[in-house]
Amino acid sequence: MAEFWVNMGPQHPMTHGLWNMKVKIDGETITDAAPEIGYLHRGYEKIMEVREFQKNVVLTDRLCYVSSITWSHAYALACEKMMDITVPPRGQWIRVISLELQRIASHLMWLAAYGPDLGLLTGLLWALRERELFLDLIQLLSGARMNQNFPRIGGVRNDLPPDFDKYCAKITKHFREKLKEYHRLFHESKIFLMRTQGVGRISLADAINWGVTGPNLRACGLDVDLRRLEPYETYEEVDFEPQVWKGGDGGDSYARFMCRFNELEESCRIIEQAIKKVPSGAYRAKAPRRAEGEGFARTEDSRGEALFYVIGDGDDRPYRVKIRSPVFCTMAATPLMLRGNKMADVVSILGSVDVCVGEMDK
Amino acid sequence: MSGALVSPDLFTLCKVLITGIMKIQSDAILAGAPVGSPVEPLRGLAYFLMEDWFLTFNAWMIAITIMVTWAAAIQLLTMMWIERKFYSRLQDRYGIMISIWSLPFWPFSWWAKRRNKPTHRGLGYLQNVADGVKLLQKENITPANADSAMFHTAPVLIASSTVMIFAALPFSEGFVIANMPMSLLFILAAFSLAPLGILIAGWASNNKYTLIGGMRAAAQLMAYEIPLLLAVVALLMYAGSLNVIDIVHKQEALLVMLGPIPIPAWNVFSIPQFIGFAVFLVAIMAEMERIPFDIPEAEAELVEGWLTEYSGMRFGLLFGFKWLRALAGSALVVILYLGGWSGPVFVTLTPAVGATVIPIPIIPHEVWFLLKVYLLFLLFVWVSWSVPRVRIDQILNIGWKRLIPLSLLAILLAAYLAALGPALGGIR
Amino acid sequence: MPHVSGTEEDLMKRLRERFPKAFTELGIPRPRVVRGVIDRKDLVEVCFYLKEELGYEHLSCITAVDWKDHFESVYHLYSYTTGTTAQLNAIIPHDDPKIDSLVKLWNAAHYHEREAWDLMGVVYEGNPKLERILLPKDFQYHPLRKDFPQETERQYISRRKLKTGGR
Repeated sequence: MAEFWVNMGPQHPMTHGLWNMKVKIDGETITDAAPEIGYLHRGYEKIMEVREFQKNVVLTDRLCYVSSITWSHAYALACEKMMDITVPPRGQWIRVISLELQRIASHLMWLAAYGPDLGLLTGLLWALRERELFLDLIQLLSGARMNQNFPRIGGVRNDLPPDFDKYCAKITKHFREKLKEYHRLFHESKIFLMRTQGVGRISLADAINWGVTGPNLRACGLDVDLRRLEPYETYEEVDFEPQVWKGGDGGDSYARFMCRFNELEESCRIIEQAIKKVPSGAYRAKAPRRAEGEGFARTEDSRGEALFYVIGDGDDRPYRVKIRSPVFCTMAATPLMLRGNKMADVVSILGSVDVCVGEMDK
Repeated sequence: MSGALVSPDLFTLCKVLITGIMKIQSDAILAGAPVGSPVEPLRGLAYFLMEDWFLTFNAWMIAITIMVTWAAAIQLLTMMWIERKFYSRLQDRYGIMISIWSLPFWPFSWWAKRRNKPTHRGLGYLQNVADGVKLLQKENITPANADSAMFHTAPVLIASSTVMIFAALPFSEGFVIANMPMSLLFILAAFSLAPLGILIAGWASNNKYTLIGGMRAAAQLMAYEIPLLLAVVALLMYAGSLNVIDIVHKQEALLVMLGPIPIPAWNVFSIPQFIGFAVFLVAIMAEMERIPFDIPEAEAELVEGWLTEYSGMRFGLLFGFKWLRALAGSALVVILYLGGWSGPVFVTLTPAVGATVIPIPIIPHEVWFLLKVYLLFLLFVWVSWSVPRVRIDQILNIGWKRLIPLSLLAILLAAYLAALGPALGGIR
Repeated sequence: MPHVSGTEEDLMKRLRERFPKAFTELGIPRPRVVRGVIDRKDLVEVCFYLKEELGYEHLSCITAVDWKDHFESVYHLYSYTTGTTAQLNAIIPHDDPKIDSLVKLWNAAHYHEREAWDLMGVVYEGNPKLERILLPKDFQYHPLRKDFPQETERQYISRRKLKTGGR
């Protein structure tokens, strides 16, 4: 059979969102691939230039609807660096809690989507079942399940609700038990290992060169967690282990899966520690209305390194905002991972890198 | 042993039924048109109604109608319902719950006031009917560049070859349309016709996804069909017949008493046939296109595989017939390895009326058979909703490198034990 | 590996020694960040030095900024070993928006430069596939430029304004 191009997208069960992965196949083997993105471009960087600093949080929430708080937090952090204000300790701790809750919810959404990618619909429903609990916690904290609008420049929007620590402890304890079920469903399934191990391999040098970050880079065996490397908020005081693939010869779908999966439990640990350490006091500092200068913040988003670069010119609106999306850079490296694999591996690979089109297309 | 509900034969029953009906009609005509009356020529019609070929033809028609209604309508809906309900519970949800009260009409409204009845807290059996009705209302779209004739032939080919299986597939000794001498061969041949239809459908749709799906079906066919047939060869060494009813009769004996529990001489309880059973189970799952092996329609990468371009009831036909094939596959496993319709011994009730002993079926053969089929189908559902899908090269590996050597081993062992087993103390 | 203290001063010293004339501005705005302003012609040389000899192996981001009288192309380089960021602002004249591409050093630059060209219209010379990435293929403008019109007042539209049509 001659080689031909197959469009996987923009309307395709494989694409969690709206993008097109063009795949050139020879029989079943992929010889080339070309991602085609931009279907969800909403011009955020331009819109943010005409909205006031604080009001942009609404937009950054919608960058990635499954990981709103982490994105808004990255924006708030960049603005705080530009304005030279510090968040009170209580605000920082509440941020840490909300970030980790959001990270678990986001990773569970990824796990849920990865199941049907491989034909395992049961994984979808099991993961969404537990995600519901964490959305409940986030709702308790911020009042909304999606697009919470929770981090503010200078702190967070509201204080912890009463008895929040009890609910957190209860749910994380429940979740740890459910993690064992996931373990049986995924790791102990021979077919799952067959589908993921040795698939979509990318070497460490290539991954760094192409700008792959976050769990996808840690799957290659490099210990890079920005929560450790460049601690923001109060991550320095929390005892946690960045999840790195230690098995050697990583960089495949299975290593990426393991890194993300283990982060679920690690985030639970962070929440349990943070909820005990929250001091009393103010949770929000007053942020100036106008600002001049430039500031950038890079945070460990659920999908990798999120970078916000904000420039102010003394007005109450940013002069220029740059969003660096981790998925955007990973997408550039996907042809490298895809080449030489089978056509069925497209879903296994693209599912494991965790694509969120909202933040990719901005 | 309990007796069969349809006994001695479906065809004989239909013949008796149609003969009775025709006899009444014929007698009425004969009485209404005596010799010498002006309507005397009508007597010819009466004689025609009682002619043997006419009665036989009608009996066949009725038998086929009963079988198709039974299998294609009632069993299809039941299988779909079992699967949907069971995997929903696996996924920690209720599944389909529509109740009979959600019908827009209800004939017994005088009997039960439907106002306060819950419409969505029932068993959900009617959900599949509702889905079928919905699909019937949808538009049938033929792609502009499709090979129209082939595109429309493929569903017919797949559906008819599936129904054809049930011509030879018995639900009990009597509940079968055609008791052919080599019915097992017929069943397996009819089974392997569908991948041809899939290939035709995939090619005729003129779509890259469907083409890849069809090619995958053809490649997959080679991987699972050969071990399937080799496992059957091992079985034939023991059974000695290609007639499925004979094969079941062979298994009805008592193998050994395990304390008070009688172990029947099912084929699965012998060493070589157990290997064959394992091979057959995996291969028949691929034959049914259930999830670990449903790569021709892998919906994650191929949208819906070879089904992509079909819509409306044509899609419903292809989609629904998967369950009919699942029924046929499970039934085949039960017949070949699990003793068919033979139930445990203790349910026979044989009261003596006068001098004759009448066996009364407390639980008829057909019920035992369906029970086994449903339980086996539950196993298939359980497996297919707990594992991901394998890749095309992996199923070829499984087929050629695992299943074929195993089935060859089963043949060797079966030949050895069939020849020397009785001499070695009756090892099966 | 966590942050190594004293890297910023060390980096500044090395850059000063190696490129005595290239930097018009070099400073440490906040801990772990070294900010330098260079001209566009020195960019590849400085980046090569940073990557190959100082281990700034991660190109985090490329941003193009329109300062109305000139463009700036901002590069955030990151070292995984020392945990320090080097921010390079390359000045580009407004009437000749061209700068050398970094694709030969980092493959990651490919998408970033495409995006910067797409939205800001800065031409990265040497990029193998400088075409639209986020915007439609037939789009004719570079919308992030300041002269691309953007409605500011309509952002706060009230219900009364909607009813009366803005009067």
